[in-house]
Amino acid sequence: MIAEIGHFALVLALAVGILQSALPLWGVRRTDHTLMRLAPALAGVMFVVMGIAFACLLTVHALSDFSTQNVFRNSHSTMPLVFRLSAAWGNHEGSMVLWTFTLALFAALLSAFSNRLPVDLKAATLAVQGLIATTFLLFILLTSNPFLRLDPAPAEGRELNPVLQDIGLALHPPLLYVGYVGFSLAYSFAVAALVTGRIDAGWARAVRPWVLIAWIFLTLGIALGSYWAYYELGWGGWWFWDPVENASLMPWLAGTALFHSIIVMEKRNAMRVWTLLLAILAFSLSLMGTFLVRSGILTSVHAFAVDPARGIVILVILSLFIGGALALYAWRAGELGPGGLFSPLSREAALLLNNLLLATATATVFVGTLYPLALEAFSDDKISVGPPYFNLTFGALMVPLALCMPFGPMLAWKRGDLLAAAERLLAAAGLALVAAAIGAWLTQGGPLLALAGFALGTFVIAGAVSDIILRARLLTSSPRTALSRLAGLPRQAFGTLLGHAGIGVFLIGVVSASTFESETIRTLRVGETMSVGAYELRLVASGPRSGANYQDVVAGFDVRRDGISLGHVESAKRVYLASRVPTTETGQLRIGFGQLYVALGEVGKDGKVGVRAYWKPNILLIWFGLVMAAAGGVCSLSDRRLRIGAPAVARRAVAPTVTAQ
Amino acid sequence: MRRGASLVRCMLVSIVAILVGLCSARAVEPDEILANPQLEQRARHISRELRCMVCQNESIDESHAPLARDLRLIVRERLVAGDSDDAVFSYLTARYGDFVLLRPRLTARTLLLWLAPVLVFCGGAFVAVLAVARRRQDAATMPSPLSEAEETALSRLLAASDEQPALPKRNPPATST
Repeated sequence: MIAEIGHFALVLALAVGILQSALPLWGVRRTDHTLMRLAPALAGVMFVVMGIAFACLLTVHALSDFSTQNVFRNSHSTMPLVFRLSAAWGNHEGSMVLWTFTLALFAALLSAFSNRLPVDLKAATLAVQGLIATTFLLFILLTSNPFLRLDPAPAEGRELNPVLQDIGLALHPPLLYVGYVGFSLAYSFAVAALVTGRIDAGWARAVRPWVLIAWIFLTLGIALGSYWAYYELGWGGWWFWDPVENASLMPWLAGTALFHSIIVMEKRNAMRVWTLLLAILAFSLSLMGTFLVRSGILTSVHAFAVDPARGIVILVILSLFIGGALALYAWRAGELGPGGLFSPLSREAALLLNNLLLATATATVFVGTLYPLALEAFSDDKISVGPPYFNLTFGALMVPLALCMPFGPMLAWKRGDLLAAAERLLAAAGLALVAAAIGAWLTQGGPLLALAGFALGTFVIAGAVSDIILRARLLTSSPRTALSRLAGLPRQAFGTLLGHAGIGVFLIGVVSASTFESETIRTLRVGETMSVGAYELRLVASGPRSGANYQDVVAGFDVRRDGISLGHVESAKRVYLASRVPTTETGQLRIGFGQLYVALGEVGKDGKVGVRAYWKPNILLIWFGLVMAAAGGVCSLSDRRLRIGAPAVARRAVAPTVTAQ
Repeated sequence: MRRGASLVRCMLVSIVAILVGLCSARAVEPDEILANPQLEQRARHISRELRCMVCQNESIDESHAPLARDLRLIVRERLVAGDSDDAVFSYLTARYGDFVLLRPRLTARTLLLWLAPVLVFCGGAFVAVLAVARRRQDAATMPSPLSEAEETALSRLLAASDEQPALPKRNPPATST
């Protein structure tokens, strides 16, 4: 019964979606306010109906109703509740429902919170959201219905792919989807702007919070996915340049470029045409991210629903939305008129360079990911494009980006002074040199490239901090006025601080973990010791252990350094009982920001255990930096100016009179 | 592993799952490691540049699949036999094709791949510089549509709606300045 309610809700949502995409647009065309005002109401209805569908899906999964095909294929009654629930989106059909539900959620949030938007822009935006929802619902109902029944109902399910039975991967898709889908609003806004011709600073201000929300979630989703791959896949890497990872990286890069270019548009009314294009591209890349994973075109470990027939439909949808928007863009963007002016040395120009580098990075990842496909299609040559290519090209682009990052906030709008900016960054540069020197001392003159990396990371962090110090004049005025000035700085300034410093922290993590990692591979018996880096691992016990729906072989180690005990770490090889699929459950012991990472190889009958142990210095900084950057996004979002629907009360006009006295 | 599943899709899903399982432990086994640490380091370095062709997108250094193990042993055999790194790569591409290389060789076919970042950056920079310059030129030749007084009034209005926290309205906007 619940499955039928869900199925019915999907059909109902389709009907609502058709109305939501057609009526408001018709209203915009005829300047009919009654029709335009229907948009928010319909978006609300859509949200409720999709909410019911998604709740039904969760319920059949929670109840382990194996008469529903989707539950049968992806769940098992012995799985704990959290994984029974995450199984609802850990498969193609369910993830599409989650996607569409998130889409409806964003449309509902938009209709609830942006009362200051021009009626026609809002109506057109919601109509485009409706159009996306309609297409997805059609796709779900025609090719990927999660509510189909099985008759007779099986007694037991096939179990969720064991690799996905992990709290990291339970949360990874929803975070990522909120990110992907969040960019749909930027897309809808851009299309609506092209349709209505309304594009100005107000547009930028309306779009920016949504882009930030999407970016924050995407950042967290990628960080979580990367951390999951690190501890679950068992070889301690954190980024593999897998096509599916690239698929999530591309919208992230485009989104990062987008929320920077929107600042320019909001403040200076410049880079408008480019911003519109970026908004379209960010969501187009998100769509690709969602779909390429599932179409089976990019086969990888993530493609849990490989089905060529669906691939065709997916390609049609992709070309419809991407091609349609780009065609509209080509037709209308020229009519938008010129934007603001700026000199080649100004904050606008710095942000333009940021956009250029990020766009090039996006294009590089895009080309690298799709080149083998294209080449095979046209010439039958099979090549691989792997980490060595991306590390070289992408890395080369990130260095100038990081180098320029501290300069941006130091330059004035419209016309900046590069020399003055450089002067203000002298302290940061000095700190960077000190960091490199300390690094050289600690690592006894480690590789030059790594020292340069430390210096760069430190420069980025110190540059971000000096910006705040200089803006609040912390060093040159009395503590009281400095503090009050600090408190008076817009939250966005702190957002920039956290975001930029987070990237610096990330850089230091990447450099340390990739250059100074130590690895030891040994076979141990109980009681034997191996050393990795400066640490000693003693195998103290090994043996079987049972879990709810799996069987482990666990090995426990004591960790010491210079004879001092630092703790205990366990690592296991796991076999899931229903599917007999083996996984590795690696063990980590945190020491400072680094981790001692232990994975098991072969476990012999004679008690010999193959052990791979790694010392990964500062590796946690990688994710810590990303979380910091996301926190910066939250901080920016809480800036009064962006707080959705908050009335902006004039106060700055008072300030000149105060200083004039 | 294929015979057990009846439905095509279940089969595919389980293959993926099994591949994940197979490939899911760092590969180099203790018995493969060469006695000569320099050669071993070279072997590891080469292994990271070679693709395991049965796992998706993993180097043979990472893969746990039997094929990857065979390739790792071949790499070590060649190194022990005295081959240079390049000779090892040529030996493997002669047998497995360019597909085995994770770093594509620069050929006519891959020229676009390797040039893409440079082309995009230079093309983008060219367009950006052109657009900014033209905009400035246009503006220089056109008279300002607003008078100075209008400009100040406008910028004050814009500033007034900008980024300021909403404290209680103590003063009306300072129109007197």
